Amino acid sequence: MDQLQTLLQSFFNVPDMLVVLPDILGYGLWNTLLLAAAATVVGIVIGLVLAAMAVSRSRVLRVLAGIYTDVFRGLPAILTILVLGQGLAPLFNTVTKGNPYPLGILALGLIAGAYIGEIFRSGIQSIDKGQLEAARALGLGYGPAMRLVVIPQGIRRVLPALVNQFIAIVKDSSLVYFLGLVTSQRELFRVGQDAAVTYANLSPLVTAGVFYLLITVPLTHLVNVIDRRLRTGRAAVDNDDGRGTGTTATPATPATAPAGAVTIGQDG
Amino acid sequence: MTTNQSATTTPGLDTGVNDLVGDVRGAGLELHGITKRFGRNEVLHGVDLSVRPGHTVCIIGPSGSGKSTLLRCINRLEEPNSGTILLDGEDMTTADPDRLRSRVGMVFQHFNLFPHRTVLDNLVLPLRKVRGLGAEEARDRAVRSLADVGLAHKRDFRPASLSGGQQQRVAIARALAMRPEVMLFDEATSALDPELVKEVLDLMTGLAKAGMTMVVVTHEMGFARQAADHVVFMDQGRIVEQGEAATLFERPSSDRLAGFLSKVL
Repeated sequence: MDQLQTLLQSFFNVPDMLVVLPDILGYGLWNTLLLAAAATVVGIVIGLVLAAMAVSRSRVLRVLAGIYTDVFRGLPAILTILVLGQGLAPLFNTVTKGNPYPLGILALGLIAGAYIGEIFRSGIQSIDKGQLEAARALGLGYGPAMRLVVIPQGIRRVLPALVNQFIAIVKDSSLVYFLGLVTSQRELFRVGQDAAVTYANLSPLVTAGVFYLLITVPLTHLVNVIDRRLRTGRAAVDNDDGRGTGTTATPATPATAPAGAVTIGQDG
Repeated sequence: MTTNQSATTTPGLDTGVNDLVGDVRGAGLELHGITKRFGRNEVLHGVDLSVRPGHTVCIIGPSGSGKSTLLRCINRLEEPNSGTILLDGEDMTTADPDRLRSRVGMVFQHFNLFPHRTVLDNLVLPLRKVRGLGAEEARDRAVRSLADVGLAHKRDFRPASLSGGQQQRVAIARALAMRPEVMLFDEATSALDPELVKEVLDLMTGLAKAGMTMVVVTHEMGFARQAADHVVFMDQGRIVEQGEAATLFERPSSDRLAGFLSKVL
């Protein structure tokens, strides 16, 4: 019984669990979400460029995209974050004024870009080539045909994989703590870690863990909902009154969309 | 060719071609010595084809005969390895393919409508991005084109919620809204359920009567017989025989065409 008591004390000491709540709600949670969201934006921009390169007709561009993907997907995130965060700091000092936060976002974004690029590539390549042909036959150039016809369909198909990637980024954002952030910049993990050291008890980290799950578990279920919707090809929200729902309304997915396409993962 | 089509077509009829006559101006098309290789495999061995303005040519032949490849060479979806493409006498072989394609409409076996856009937006997109029309003008022209194929009331639907025949008619409307001078049909009815074939063929017949220059790859011998000014029989990458439909179908002069007709008629 003593051992059980010790276990409970080190993980679920209620006062120590609650003591970090103000810091978590004050800035820890916010910083995690900010890091993850900003890194995702950077990653999506890089990913779109990489995917465009990967499906282009130029061999040079395809090889360059492949090298980028291999490097950033093949290295441990912690190594990339440390090397970029500390290595690039002198270069960017005039802009960042010694603040490692933007470099943390950049490093996370560069890593995410490699994965998101592969997600976009698989989505774009899953679109029937008749779509590009029809667009070209109407007189659209390759670029506009890809941008207006092929890529929007490809992205819609890989939405579940993108949400999965966001979940991975939320978790990886904890690694920026290695760059040494000032108190108000610290994210969930570092807030929990600081308190764990202070109170010589792991319970604050458990609290941080609960907040990670509060972010990631609902997203996991969101993935399942989107996935099911794409698979079953939910009927279009159509109206016949002449006003139209606009193209940005509820995504209408044709029932003919290959169900397998949405599960193509980041390693595809 | 300028029969009074609009007067004989009931307005609002679900199938049929309304008011196509005024808009249609078919161009002359000539192909000289078109060859096409995929790797080492030559699938077209120097094909010549001439289509007079406003005429409809049907290309028939067994699968693998190169008829679809020939059609796709006309708007350079496949770039010919040699040969020339003349549109109203103008050499389009090496010019910007987008210039050629903006004058030549194409209809595919599997429609290839854009599933993420409404029916109307399928037409508006190329009008705005290729023709450079303003939003309002593009919309007006798209609605008129949809009305021409009897589907204006479907403009806010997604393509997937339409029948196959309706989707193909939208695809035809999308091509016609661009005011092409030549229309290419690549087995436009092959993917349709039998009861949906007629509405598309009727539309194509109306378009031919309205004076469009058409090149039609088809397995529909009835359509070829009835609507084609000229029928071309291809086999193994060459034109084996060509002529008026009646002559070709009644008195084929080659064994290969006779053999082919005995299988499909």
